[in-house]
Amino acid sequence: MNAGATGREVVLRVYRGDANGGEEVAYTVPVETGMVVLDAIHWIQAHRAPDLAVRWNCKAAKCGSCSAEVNGKPALMCKSRLDHFPEGQPITVRPMKTFPIVRDLVTDVKWNYEINKRIAPFQPRANAEWRWQQSDIDRVQEFRKCIECFLCQDVCHVLRSHELKHQFAGPRFLVRIAGLEMHPIDGADRVPFLKDTAGIGLCNITKCCTEVCPEGITITDNAIIPLKERVVDRYYDPVQRVWRAITGAKDGT
Amino acid sequence: MPVAPQRKLSAASAPTAVGARGVPATGTAPGAWSGAGSRQGFGATERGDAWWFKPVLQAAGLIVLIGYANYAAFLGAAHYRYLENGRDYLSPFYSPYIHPAWLPVWLSPALLILVFPLGFRATCYYYRKAYYRSFFADPIACAVGEPRQAYCGEVKFPFLLQNLHRYFLYAALVFLVILWIDVVKAFIFSAPALAAAAPAVTSALGLHAAREAASGGHYLAIGGGSLAILFSTGMLTLYTLSCHSLRHLVGGKLDCFSCAAAGGPRHKTWSIVTVLNGHHMAWAWWSLFAVCFADFLVRMCSIGVIHDPTLATFRHLLEMPNRSLSLLR
Ligand code: SF4
Ligand code: SF4
Ligand code: FES
Ligand code: FES
Repeated sequence: MNAGATGREVVLRVYRGDANGGEEVAYTVPVETGMVVLDAIHWIQAHRAPDLAVRWNCKAAKCGSCSAEVNGKPALMCKSRLDHFPEGQPITVRPMKTFPIVRDLVTDVKWNYEINKRIAPFQPRANAEWRWQQSDIDRVQEFRKCIECFLCQDVCHVLRSHELKHQFAGPRFLVRIAGLEMHPIDGADRVPFLKDTAGIGLCNITKCCTEVCPEGITITDNAIIPLKERVVDRYYDPVQRVWRAITGAKDGT
Repeated sequence: MPVAPQRKLSAASAPTAVGARGVPATGTAPGAWSGAGSRQGFGATERGDAWWFKPVLQAAGLIVLIGYANYAAFLGAAHYRYLENGRDYLSPFYSPYIHPAWLPVWLSPALLILVFPLGFRATCYYYRKAYYRSFFADPIACAVGEPRQAYCGEVKFPFLLQNLHRYFLYAALVFLVILWIDVVKAFIFSAPALAAAAPAVTSALGLHAAREAASGGHYLAIGGGSLAILFSTGMLTLYTLSCHSLRHLVGGKLDCFSCAAAGGPRHKTWSIVTVLNGHHMAWAWWSLFAVCFADFLVRMCSIGVIHDPTLATFRHLLEMPNRSLSLLR
């Protein structure tokens, strides 16, 4: 018996299949102290199913590779401790449902990188001074914690249930845009992009993205809603529109 | 350090054309990159927890409280105010009380003003989440299948109007001032001279005027209703001051606090609103409950079901503030 062995066992019901279909297969795994779902998947790979496809890198909740759906909830497998699940009950592990499946637990998340390329990158204002206060950058730092696990994209019902990838960029990219738009010296204007390309109006602020983010980013309240307010400033606030027309002022002042 | 001139947006980052009928377009072909989620029926999920509990509880809470508010506003006009035993309690649903002569008898005066608090809550970012989840099942819970495939979020009428939330906020801020005046009134009692004089004079002058005529003066006191009205307005204040639109307005719209005019105070204000905003859901529920509770108490006192307890009186404060306090009335 291993040093950390507990003598207990857990049943993992792991999805096995590809684009043509598949099913859950049950594997019984010996439980070790502190074991996470990814450990159990590795045990299955080592002892039962060497062909089980799974993507992972860091096992430290930092690379964002091991995203899956554990007991139906989008989660990092390496951050899902077995002792957090009810004892004696099987744990289901399935691939993310928002993206096309490659095989078993691996999905093709390339669409996210395609969307990412369309966002105007950081563009310092001309003659900007490269100095700022901590208070100016606090908000942006929260967004920079993103590990691109795409769990928020996975859970977002606009992409997942309504399949509107042609209309909505998804929470991860609203987080990225928020980090750029709120940067003290960034000079690019992404507000039209937010409305017409990223489709921020499709988000109905139901906060599932916030619930699943492993980095604890308050996606909806701190990124999406403030951006929605900026879009309102520009497009939907009649008084501001008139004011800008008369004075030539910009919004965001 | 030399700074590179501002780059032009590359073709890839430039906004793509808006899709048909004003709907956004990311540039992805419809249906490309689709996953298994869109093929799930309503309620389909591997979640084994009680995911249905919160939406059901939330729906029940909203139905009960909104149901009560409707009853109070539409049908309860007879008992919106309690003006006996020295008290002047006004139900928050009826404040400010506006009753023009042209208003038909069957229409409650609350309806004239209710559009503002109602619109404020209906377009509130928190309540939107609550009713999209509980009543539209869009989504009913995270990672649970939905009843409808069609969806246009908040990009089309009527949900496009959610973008006007800030205008309801402005109205709510005005209402708060009026509601705080009501709180002050709820802590100012009239001296008991009224009790004896009231029945005879009331018929001739109307209750309020009779009360003024017969009043032996005013004094500070705390009744059960005073506390309920204070609680209601206090919660409404926290709810309003934690609003997302307010957070944007006071400083959230800035990219650089330290570069903006009055940046320091704006950052401070934004930080305070941000702390309150973190509990916006709690204030939303507490304020809704508290308003209903205050109305209920005023109503029960007015009907005579509850005898409002006097918890403390400060009669020695009778003389001095009397004249100024009566100005409030
Ligand atoms: S809050 Fe918006 S972006 Fe986040 S999951 Fe919900 S709909 Fe998607
Ligand atoms: S915002 Fe959070 S959930 Fe979304 S990709 Fe980044 S880390 Fe993952
Ligand atoms: S393996 Fe890196 S986040 Fe899980
Ligand atoms: S966001 Fe809830 S009141 Fe403004």
